[in-house]
Amino acid sequence: MLVYLIRRIGQSLLVVAVMATLVFLAMYAVGDPVDILASPDADEFERRAIAQRLGLDRPLWEQFGIFVWNALHGDLGRSFVYNVPAVDVILQRLPATLELALAGLVFSILIGIPLGVLAGLKPNSLIGRSVMSGSILGFSLPNFWIGLMLILLFAVELRWLPAGGRGPTTSVLGLHFALFTWDGLKHLLLPALTLALYKSALVIRIAQAGTREVMLQDYIRFARAKGLSSRRIVLVHVLKNILIPVVTVLGLELGSMIAFAVVTETVFAYPGMGKLLIDSINRLDRPIIVAYLMLTVVIFVIINLIVDLLYAAIDPRVRLSEAKG
Amino acid sequence: MSAEASSLPSPQGRGTQGGRAMTPILSVRDLVVTFAIREGVVTAVNGVSFDVHRGEVLGLVGESGSGKSVTGLAILGLVDAPGRIEAGSIRLEGEELIGKPERELRRLRGKRLAMIFQDPMTTLNPVLRIDTQMIEAIRAHENVSEKAARDRARQALLKVGIPSPEERLTAYPHQFSGGMRQRVAIATALLHRPAVLVADEPTTALDVTIQAQILAEVQELAAESGTAMVWITHDLSVIAGLADRIAVMYAGRIVETGAVADVLERPIHPYTAGLIGSVPSRNKRGVPLAQIPGMTPSLAKVPPACPFNPRCPRASVTCRTIMPEPTPYDGARMARCHHPLIEQAPAAA
Repeated sequence: MLVYLIRRIGQSLLVVAVMATLVFLAMYAVGDPVDILASPDADEFERRAIAQRLGLDRPLWEQFGIFVWNALHGDLGRSFVYNVPAVDVILQRLPATLELALAGLVFSILIGIPLGVLAGLKPNSLIGRSVMSGSILGFSLPNFWIGLMLILLFAVELRWLPAGGRGPTTSVLGLHFALFTWDGLKHLLLPALTLALYKSALVIRIAQAGTREVMLQDYIRFARAKGLSSRRIVLVHVLKNILIPVVTVLGLELGSMIAFAVVTETVFAYPGMGKLLIDSINRLDRPIIVAYLMLTVVIFVIINLIVDLLYAAIDPRVRLSEAKG
Repeated sequence: MSAEASSLPSPQGRGTQGGRAMTPILSVRDLVVTFAIREGVVTAVNGVSFDVHRGEVLGLVGESGSGKSVTGLAILGLVDAPGRIEAGSIRLEGEELIGKPERELRRLRGKRLAMIFQDPMTTLNPVLRIDTQMIEAIRAHENVSEKAARDRARQALLKVGIPSPEERLTAYPHQFSGGMRQRVAIATALLHRPAVLVADEPTTALDVTIQAQILAEVQELAAESGTAMVWITHDLSVIAGLADRIAVMYAGRIVETGAVADVLERPIHPYTAGLIGSVPSRNKRGVPLAQIPGMTPSLAKVPPACPFNPRCPRASVTCRTIMPEPTPYDGARMARCHHPLIEQAPAAA
């Protein structure tokens, strides 16, 4: 297990290094930030001064060297726009997005697994068919529209929940979370549901397919021949087997929920990282974009690592064969 | 063993045999199982009847698709949609099982009726430990503590010849070999000393040496607990050493039954003779192996009248037009054939 862990961490570091290079080069290709930062009537001398101040006049390899060196010290540059360290700007927004993504994840599990298993147990029944057709809606309805409809229903018509923004936050370990207040939860509910809808549809389909497959296995037949109740067969024998694909997909999807909650955050005017990214791209605020992408890469890598470990916890076969390698 | 006890599929035969009458532990009468598939309704099991007595081993033999596995599943009430038990009666210790509510069937499964399956690689749940899978089988029927159940599971493993069972209990199925897994499945199936064990080709997927060991162990365990067995197989050599009686199935029907030695030495039905002829043996080295020409008929289009007629060397016009009825023969035997291989007058019924 330890060997496995060390090897996986090594692979993860390699991915981060490769991504850093790609991100840096890509940023270089996007455009010259001087064009935006300098006033339109600035002359060549002023433009050069700006470039010099930002270090943009140096050769590419030198800029890259400085970037890597600083990055290793946890410094991903100062925002051109806010003139504070880019990492700080992002970390300030991170808890909001993290909260949103985790709530979305919890919703998609709570909605997706029970419905998916139900549909898988009775694929030809009315309820099974309805769930599967419903999941197609979940896939195809655009995220922003769902968000707007939820706002219309719960915030405008029923007035049960706030229409947007983030509730009051409390400080936990130096980070600001809204999760621990009732009002904060109310603010979180609608955007999290919006974000969870597509993922629930995904989980439903995976759980349904998994359940149908598992139910045909000999070990289910043997479990029935032992006289187990169908409750135990579904909750233990089936569920544990379908968790393997569900965990894999949800792990990957959690990354994308954190990184690309852009649309949902925009609809609900939710102050998360996604909104920050869009603003920064518009203003060519290179350090913020780089820092955002690097952070995203790190988050993805960490989630994948956790998923792999979870995998080993669920599926004993993975544990053994990987430990040998 | 009541090897020579009557196996005649005549309902009135039961209980009318004077002093040696014995109620069979399992009695199947005129069982019909159909499957509604896209091409229509096919009849996988068509009027199967047999009795199994306490401690007896019945070999249910046939090619793939003859309906032998479905018969086994029907006994436990495990025929799933699109399959359906259309008609017939299955009595366990005199109690009718067909039409019993699922809840009551569940109480019998694993307790009085047990089943083991062909592929030991897939009969154990890969993500659950052996102890979990055995303890749940005990606690499904008896209100005992986790610890007591665990003790019993350990003893059961020891009995089927698994060394250091305490350690093996915490292992996962993939850490066992095929033979060991089948032993675990057998130990699990016999935990409650069931009245009847249905064994659906449990040794087919194993090496011959392991196969022999497991056969011996199952035989011993079943004898010890008085468990009767319905041993489903296509392998006559397994049946020869294990079963007391044999029932040969073809296209959903039993075409011949009798004591195992009688049937194997003097088959009545040409199909049985063909099966026996197809078994490789040392005496026939160098001689091309006999085969039954043609293939098992697809259940969607079983030939009319005697379903074996297109493949039968003795088939006549009669065979193509009239369904042969079950006919009793000497020695408590039965066969369905217009042109039996034994030229003796059928015994009086």
